[in-house]
Amino acid sequence: MSAVLTKGGHELPALDTSHTKHPPFLRLVSVELRKMMDTRAGLWLVISMAALTAIVMTIQLIVGLTQDINIKYADFIAGTTYSIGLLLPILGILSLTSEWGQRTAMVTFTLEPHRWRIIAAKLACVVAIAIASVAVALVLGTVANALFGAFGGTADWDFGVERLAGFAILQVLGVLTGFALAALLLNTPGAIVVYFVYSFVLPTLFAIGAELVGWINDIQPWVDFGDAQLPLGEWEWAKNDAAQLVVTSLIWLVLPLAIGLWRVLRAEVK
Amino acid sequence: MIKVENLTRKYGAFTAVDDISFVCRPGRVTGFLGPNGAGKTTTMRVMVGLTPATHGQTTIGGHKYHDIPNPGRHVGVLLDASAQHAGRTGREVLTIGAKTMGLPMSRVDEMLELVSLSGAEGKRRVRNYSLGMRQRLGIAHALLGDPSVLILDEPANGLDPAGIRWMRGLLKGYADRGGTVLLSSHLLNEVEQIADDIIMIGRGKIVAEGTPAELLQSTGTFFKAVEVEQLLDALVASGLHPAPVGDGYRVDAEALQVGKIAAANSVTLIELRPADGGLEDMFLELTADTQREDFGQVAPA
Repeated sequence: MSAVLTKGGHELPALDTSHTKHPPFLRLVSVELRKMMDTRAGLWLVISMAALTAIVMTIQLIVGLTQDINIKYADFIAGTTYSIGLLLPILGILSLTSEWGQRTAMVTFTLEPHRWRIIAAKLACVVAIAIASVAVALVLGTVANALFGAFGGTADWDFGVERLAGFAILQVLGVLTGFALAALLLNTPGAIVVYFVYSFVLPTLFAIGAELVGWINDIQPWVDFGDAQLPLGEWEWAKNDAAQLVVTSLIWLVLPLAIGLWRVLRAEVK
Repeated sequence: MIKVENLTRKYGAFTAVDDISFVCRPGRVTGFLGPNGAGKTTTMRVMVGLTPATHGQTTIGGHKYHDIPNPGRHVGVLLDASAQHAGRTGREVLTIGAKTMGLPMSRVDEMLELVSLSGAEGKRRVRNYSLGMRQRLGIAHALLGDPSVLILDEPANGLDPAGIRWMRGLLKGYADRGGTVLLSSHLLNEVEQIADDIIMIGRGKIVAEGTPAELLQSTGTFFKAVEVEQLLDALVASGLHPAPVGDGYRVDAEALQVGKIAAANSVTLIELRPADGGLEDMFLELTADTQREDFGQVAPA
């Protein structure tokens, strides 16, 4: 140990940090993943997502068979908008806000003072969970569609790589939106409420506004995030659709995420 | 090992920590003593990078906390025993810490054993823990990475007398093996019993520092005399400043000196002894003008 001489003349030994390395990023990711699943809130959210997906598909299956409606594989996948699509953003919210609500951020950021590494690990986790949810949806959809075929319906398997990509991007956008709102508000109920305002109130307001006011009608495609995500579902892109998705993402996802991250990285952790 | 240099932390117009400097040496337990709101927690939070300093800096072993790779392996921190997810078990809390630091899982069992939370208690959720159990878990978490420096904010809070004795033994042993301990407390006798060095803080400023013996020494001598006016005059003539305390007087001088002055002036002393109350009187005295409560309403230490 070398020594540092203090103002008072006391010799203070230096801390030899040569034998420790920063925790590898993948280790942080696995710890964050564990933290999302090791509480009742996190675990049940994941279980609910899978269960709700199965329930919605079962309802689709029963209605399709009894009412003699032709339901396609793509319809089963689209149905997850009401299960995975709804709950995934909440998982994104909880991954961040629970650290503040339960004040564990104090411990987390003490063990890894480079906060951006923790945030990046959390982001990697929620994106990974979104991708995993897509896989679960595809598997459950396959089961549902096979059952539809087996019980007398005509199984239509048409889906394709493009629609798969669109479906995956939708889920990732959803979970990232939740994460961005969480970073911005650092408060679970607040972020969830604002997320639902995002998803259900804003599109309605935009639709009404567009009906009544001319200039809202003009800008609506460029500011309505929900509307701009529609082409992802069917993977049918009209002129300007891609640009509108980018612009609305900048407004409703990138901007709150940037402000939120700036806040999280600098905030005094209480 | 811990070095605080001209540290200031302001919140708007309020100065929580006002230009303080001190060091904590290895092999010693340093007690950070002060009334609530004196700036102890803020100082410790700055040390571990949770709160940015307004001016000045703190280093640990010559490094800024932010620059220590895998800091849990070097610095054990307990800032708030309640800052744990209520829905996790004690074991899970330690498991997360151990995984983050890259420690073997056997370390979790060792630490649970050390703080007597092994078995069923480790499997209970933290929401069902008493404050004392949370403190034990917090201490286990701080010790998890086998650090050489410990920073503990009010670690004795909520511990029962047996728990406080246990912690005292644990931290003494830790310091004897060369570790550096900084612990804060607003309870004087806690610090008096455990600390090798004491740093007293009030309203963001350091008001006294030294070993308990050094700090005790300055409490002076208590005396009572028959010809008391005569003695007071003689003491003042010797450059001393006696002050009334209870039914007698206290003066910053050794009993020998007071006795000699009394003898030289043929004063009949009826009581002559080291001023009592130990650090407590000094603590209350030193912080009387800097604490929030009325002097008379101070909770018993």
